[in-house]
Amino acid sequence: MKSLAELAAIREKMKDKVVLREGSGDIRVVVGMATCGIAAGARPVLNAFVEGVSNAGLADKVMVSQTGCIGVCQFEPVVEIYEAGKDKVTYIKMTPEKAAEVIEKHLKGGAPISEYTITNAIS
Amino acid sequence: MKELSLNILDIAQNSVKARAKNILIKLTETDETLTLLIEDDGCGMSREMVENVVNPFCTTRTTRNVGLGIPLLKLAAEQTGGTVSIESVSESDNPDACGTKVTAVFFKNHLDFTPLGDIVSTVTALIQGSPDIEWRFEHQLTVGSVELDTKELREILGDVPLDTYEVIKWIEDYLKEGYASVS
Repeated sequence: MKSLAELAAIREKMKDKVVLREGSGDIRVVVGMATCGIAAGARPVLNAFVEGVSNAGLADKVMVSQTGCIGVCQFEPVVEIYEAGKDKVTYIKMTPEKAAEVIEKHLKGGAPISEYTITNAIS
Repeated sequence: MKELSLNILDIAQNSVKARAKNILIKLTETDETLTLLIEDDGCGMSREMVENVVNPFCTTRTTRNVGLGIPLLKLAAEQTGGTVSIESVSESDNPDACGTKVTAVFFKNHLDFTPLGDIVSTVTALIQGSPDIEWRFEHQLTVGSVELDTKELREILGDVPLDTYEVIKWIEDYLKEGYASVS
């Protein structure tokens, strides 16, 4: 059974890290979680990013957050990636599988996957 | 929505947007019914707004003039013969006791009952998205209960934010184990 003692252990482990997190978030992954996004499957996409970013060892560099309706409901689930000094990248019709690919190639490798972006869909 | 847990995720976001500090999500089951209660201490709504929220053309969103959260919940409840009721006290009427209470009753044995689905994922998504809110989750099943209170976790975690991956993972495993022990 999961115990509260495990939480105390997490606290111990995080002691030094908390300070680090303050200055983190070079990259922000924002998942649209309004009615339109949720109905289209945003919840598993969010979970894939939360878990995948941590497993890829990117937790100090990448922040995963949620937002409301971005305004392009027909393209949900929509995920926006903000990085200082770079143009925003908007991924559309996301799935947990595509999320894994974005983590690997874009967040880790620095190369956006243009095939999954909104620019690709409307041009 | 394919799962009731997705409606719950959606409706609870309204409480987040209402700047609630405490949000309770309570599920109570009998052999025939599932009752959902979402209660918050957010800014509440005026009487006109409460009467109007079941209308799909009533919304607070600014990107579109359509809001489907409450209408979709109402549909999911009413198609099983159930009901949705909303009570709210607005901040301007009573700043000390404001908040909103959404109650939905579903008849589980009805053909059109939408299964609850992955409620654990809903709870972790809500906490991950708003780690500063005090969340209380209670699910009373006919054979036992599953509960989580972020206040208790915070007492142990101190300054560690609830959206730390290790904490979210712990919550996920804790709830999954809770469900395994009552099924």
